[in-house]
Amino acid sequence: MATQHSRSAARLMMAPAVVLLLGWMLVPLIMTLMFSFKKYLPLRGGDLGWVGFENYVRFVSSSAFWPSVVATLTIVGGVLLITVVFGVLLAILLNQPMWGQGVVRILVIAPFFVMPTVSALVWKNMFMDPVNGLLAHLWKFFGATPIEWLSQASLPSIVMIVSWQWLPFATLILLTAIQSLDSEQLEAAEMDGAPPLKRFGYITLPHLGRAITVVVLIQTIFLLAVFAEIFVTTGGAFGTRTLTYLIFQRVLESQNVGLGSAGGVYAIILANIVAIFLMRAVGKNLDA
Amino acid sequence: MGQIKLNQVTKRFGEVEVIPPLDLTIEDGEFTVFVGPSGCGKSTLLRLIAGLEDITTGHIEIDGNDATNVPPAKRGLAMVFQSYALYPHMSVRKNIAFPMKMAGIDEAEQNRRIDSAAKALNLTDYLDRRPGQLSGGQRQRVAIGRAIVREPAAFLFDEPLSNLDAALRVGMRLEISELHERLKTTMIYVTHDQVEAMTMADKIVVLRAGIVEQVGSPLELYHTPRNEFVAGFIGSPKMNLIKGAEAEKHGAATIGIRPEHTDVSKTEGMWKGVVGVAEHLGSDTFIHVHETGLGDLVTVRITGDIQAKHGDTIYLTPQMDKLHKFDAQGLRIG
Repeated sequence: MATQHSRSAARLMMAPAVVLLLGWMLVPLIMTLMFSFKKYLPLRGGDLGWVGFENYVRFVSSSAFWPSVVATLTIVGGVLLITVVFGVLLAILLNQPMWGQGVVRILVIAPFFVMPTVSALVWKNMFMDPVNGLLAHLWKFFGATPIEWLSQASLPSIVMIVSWQWLPFATLILLTAIQSLDSEQLEAAEMDGAPPLKRFGYITLPHLGRAITVVVLIQTIFLLAVFAEIFVTTGGAFGTRTLTYLIFQRVLESQNVGLGSAGGVYAIILANIVAIFLMRAVGKNLDA
Repeated sequence: MGQIKLNQVTKRFGEVEVIPPLDLTIEDGEFTVFVGPSGCGKSTLLRLIAGLEDITTGHIEIDGNDATNVPPAKRGLAMVFQSYALYPHMSVRKNIAFPMKMAGIDEAEQNRRIDSAAKALNLTDYLDRRPGQLSGGQRQRVAIGRAIVREPAAFLFDEPLSNLDAALRVGMRLEISELHERLKTTMIYVTHDQVEAMTMADKIVVLRAGIVEQVGSPLELYHTPRNEFVAGFIGSPKMNLIKGAEAEKHGAATIGIRPEHTDVSKTEGMWKGVVGVAEHLGSDTFIHVHETGLGDLVTVRITGDIQAKHGDTIYLTPQMDKLHKFDAQGLRIG
């Protein structure tokens, strides 16, 4: 497989796939960059020519920009925290031998199969509705005034919905990691005098380090782009307008493609900043 | 101090009785080896002593105190596992320090003990490495180091050498024996390798299916095995066990003769046979003899060289005073 001839043949055969994928990525990226330097209003005159960095300046100076960055990071951070903490706990729980383990594991994984739009609607109408929602009934049962979740606690509500969706993913990855822990290590720690909590802290948690890193990195990629959950619940109101949602509003609600494209470029930059921080913080776990 | 006493200890896993009632005393400072074929319950017995498994009925006493329900950490025992069970994300130093950290020993004392253990085990240069960067033998020594620094009442070894290659195994065997001479601490060592048992032990406990077949010093077991099982298990190559008419001549159901207690001649002898495979080890030659009319193939051991080729006729004569006799139940006669 390593001769000169076979290598060039391999390159030739891979070329169509590589070219297709590259085109798939490059065309939208270049078009976004191009539009971001244009005044382009599809319903109000169409392409109105180059405007330099005006779109970039306008997007950042808009009063909605910084709150949207904060909202994005809050959602990402909140969901990561909840899914990792509860994911570890659930993984430990599911790793215990118990009756009906197989069924329970499938049930735990189930939310991951529900489409984001559907799960957000279910949460909105069945749980968080201030009149008919299950949570409202629960509050009333204890004599409290039901919370209007999506308006009074809008950001926590979104975090809750998204966490519910991503918890199974975290649990699944962490469960497989926990299953690979050598039980003799735990027994050795037990003999060495470590009580259960210290065994968790010194043995189990470090063993899970790499899996947690994988969970954090993969989830971050997807969480930065959370959209459907916001669209069907708050529609971007009550401080839940993330950067993604702001771009959507600029392009489709204000019909300003140029401004939205500039926002898209900012989103790429934000994602890269977050990625660099993450790789600095947890990336070393992936070595060795 | 480290006297361990098992009193009518049993262990069941569900319906399966792994250890039927068992009594055993391990004296302070003794090097005791549990040996037996795989699945005989020797590791389970060790884990019962360690406290990693709960005993079903009976009592365990350590230094005269009832330890039956004492958690493993409080029994004052240190264990070395087959897989070494080092903590992969900690350096060698932190691995060795771990039990002391858990016990809340102050830092200066910790360092003193780590340094002396590292010196004793030739680990000084490796203290800052991770277990993943060490060879099998070094990992084994780290595991032993982690056990030593606790200054336990007794050491428990669970087949510690079975993951090492043959040359390293012989070396580590000596190191562990030397460690025992120096520390004079009780050691319990589990192995399926009777050579390890013979070379290291003060006292060997031969187990089969959870039952203690015989307890004694290596030479006691070699010279006076209590039954056929022990006779066949201890010694390498295996003792030849002969049943049938030949055994009845000696008034036994089975007679046993070790390969090294059989004289070989090309011209005359008690049993005639045909040479099968001859294994030349230099110092010894093992000859497997067929068609002796004694049932199984007979193995003999000859010191030095002998010209025996495949298919040669050979005569064997057992040394009568070294003959072992067993009755129909497999128990030793006389």
